[in-house]
Amino acid sequence: MSATASESTGTGRFARGVHPADRKALARHLPIEVLPTPPVVTVPVLQHTGAPCKPVVAMKQEVPAGAVLADTDAFVSAPVHTPVAGAVQKETVATLPNGRHVKVIPVKTGPEQLSAEALWADLYGGEWPLEGIGALDPAEIVKAIRAAGIVGQGGAAFPTHVKLARNPKKPVDTILVNGCECEPYLTADYRLMIEAPEPIVAGTLIAARAAGAAGAVIAVEDNKPEAIEALRKAATGTPVKVAAMSTQYPMGGEKQTVRASLGRTIPTGGLPLDVGVVVINVATAAAIARAVQRGKPLTHRVVSVTGAGIANPKNLLAPVGASYADLIAHCGGLKPDAARVIAGGPMMGFSLGAFQTPVTKGTSGIVVLTAEDVKRSAETSCVRCGRCVDVCPLNLVPSRLALASRHKDWTLAKRYHLAACMECGCCAYVCPAAIPLVQLMRMGKAQMQKEMTKS
Amino acid sequence: MNASPASSTPPAPVLTVAPGPHIFSGSLTTRRMMVDVLLGLLPLVAVAVWQFRLLALMQIGIGVAAALAAEWLFQRMRGRAATLSDGSAAVTGLILALSLPATAPWYVAAVGSFAAIGLAKVVFGGVGQNLFNPAMVGRAFAMIAFPAAMGASAYVVATSPVDALTHATPLTALKMANEVTALGPLFLGTTNGSIGETSALAAILGGLYLCLRRTASWEIPAGAILSVVVAAGLPALFRDGSGWSVAHDLSAGAFLFGAFFIATDPVSSPLTPKGKWIFGAVFGLLVLLIRRLSGYPEGVMFAILIVNALVPLINRVSIPVPVGGPVPERK
Repeated sequence: MSATASESTGTGRFARGVHPADRKALARHLPIEVLPTPPVVTVPVLQHTGAPCKPVVAMKQEVPAGAVLADTDAFVSAPVHTPVAGAVQKETVATLPNGRHVKVIPVKTGPEQLSAEALWADLYGGEWPLEGIGALDPAEIVKAIRAAGIVGQGGAAFPTHVKLARNPKKPVDTILVNGCECEPYLTADYRLMIEAPEPIVAGTLIAARAAGAAGAVIAVEDNKPEAIEALRKAATGTPVKVAAMSTQYPMGGEKQTVRASLGRTIPTGGLPLDVGVVVINVATAAAIARAVQRGKPLTHRVVSVTGAGIANPKNLLAPVGASYADLIAHCGGLKPDAARVIAGGPMMGFSLGAFQTPVTKGTSGIVVLTAEDVKRSAETSCVRCGRCVDVCPLNLVPSRLALASRHKDWTLAKRYHLAACMECGCCAYVCPAAIPLVQLMRMGKAQMQKEMTKS
Repeated sequence: MNASPASSTPPAPVLTVAPGPHIFSGSLTTRRMMVDVLLGLLPLVAVAVWQFRLLALMQIGIGVAAALAAEWLFQRMRGRAATLSDGSAAVTGLILALSLPATAPWYVAAVGSFAAIGLAKVVFGGVGQNLFNPAMVGRAFAMIAFPAAMGASAYVVATSPVDALTHATPLTALKMANEVTALGPLFLGTTNGSIGETSALAAILGGLYLCLRRTASWEIPAGAILSVVVAAGLPALFRDGSGWSVAHDLSAGAFLFGAFFIATDPVSSPLTPKGKWIFGAVFGLLVLLIRRLSGYPEGVMFAILIVNALVPLINRVSIPVPVGGPVPERK
């Protein structure tokens, strides 16, 4: 890879995509508020892509805040820590929003907790020195990141230390920090960029040092000028570039961000690493700074609780393991016309049936939509209008893929590249016939893979 | 589902679960697309009524009414809910009517509409499933069933009080008498012909509306016009110095009507922009070939039906390559 980040060649755009109303006005002006410590947190042993952890604490054991609760020797994994000081309770099982059942370790909150101000100061306040980052040992950084249990906070929750560990066969020239937050409604990353730009910039530089990248770019959609300004100010005098991307869904998808900001195309089935890039979320960058400079694990995150169906939208700093019910109750509960509660954004998030689900390291928001918001006309026949083709950011033909999936025609599905679909939802968002394209393709992908492994 | 977390919230909201995305654009529905087509056809209807008076109103009324009746009847026979409200049957009936001569007896539009809806649409499974454009199948059926009412000579009624009907259609005049109609009348539509086809201006106005709404894919008329311009512009092959120019080929007959309103039927055209270009270009070429080399003065109907049949092939050769390349084979 000859290109360096300083000569980023992206146009700030990617081809196709959609422009849903962003609805961020509901919460974009609300400063991050610290959620009062709940009486109990239930910390899942699997919050990431990879191997689940094994508990390393015993029942009734007293643990200080930040103590490891579960860990593993597996490479693609990350330990989990208790966000509160308290007593370990009996393990149970919780269902995460994606439907996965995981073991959870409840910790009953003890009487001694940090005040809201002290917690904020500990997490994001104070000084984030930029000097000396260039002298850090890359291997030590990666070790600290793993020990802190850092995983991607943008969605897929992939363990960050795996991405940043140097691989001589796949050199990295650019760290791309993703502050696009292209999902409508969500404002968690936005608030963090405004209120804590210093740890984001410090974390960016540390990540670049770990990966051996000469360049670092923070990509932010241009509907967040205040965030761009705050980051630029914090990045003054550093090699970190803050780049404005066009506001276009799904700009936050890493294929799209890399394409728009650097002009590089990640091969289908490949990773940003294949084009010399590592992509991390802005909140992840801040967590990296905290892990390396303060030796603290990832135990809290900012969660937007927003939507027309919640009484008082807020951006909450919540401990991992707090339940969705805790957050919703703190925001005044659901309004009578609430119709759907979504973990994540309304395009790719999962709707929830029960609210005892714990917040995890990857929870970006809780969006409560009203009946009016989720209204959908009845499904009619596909008239092959091609709107789905017009918007697919990956240049696929969703109508054909949905048809192939519906009829389990894997020959047709392969001919039209079903496995390349990333389920961003643009096609279903525009479909005039209200066909559940994403659902069909998701099922098709899973079934095709199953049947092909069988044969 | 009744999982209200805050017990203090009266009355508990009713929550639903569903796969994402959870929000929808909603700016376009199938029905809205059909309404767009009807709106786009308005200029053609206006010229038809202005040109052919009550005869045009009769064809349009019978065509649309018969198409709606046929849709209702055949859907009922299939035991399916009537789909009249989506507007697709009305579009088929209107396009069929606009493709008929003003002089055709009343039963031509009626039988044509029944054939269009029954043979070309419902038999294939209803809206969205047909391989061929229903209106063109209906017209082909009528042409075979009633050759005298649909042939070139049927267009002319020398004694008619309707002025346009006293002359041969421009394409027949060219084919039979090598007579070139002036571009002005072709553009405005003061010539003889099927009731909706005479005015190039009306077709362009309505067509541009459809393309701007993206109810019609602009690639199809663009491809068609481009191929006619190129193919008819090769004088050595096609021109004989008679004064018949590329502009005549574009504005005479049903070419623009077909390119903007019939070829762009999404159901019977390809899926991708590349496929649409190919489809449009082949359509234009076929129109020209039939006009020049067959016994028929006009070739739009056959060109549509032939290029409809090619759609699966065109789709096959125009599968887009995903951003990032094809899915790698698993090792």
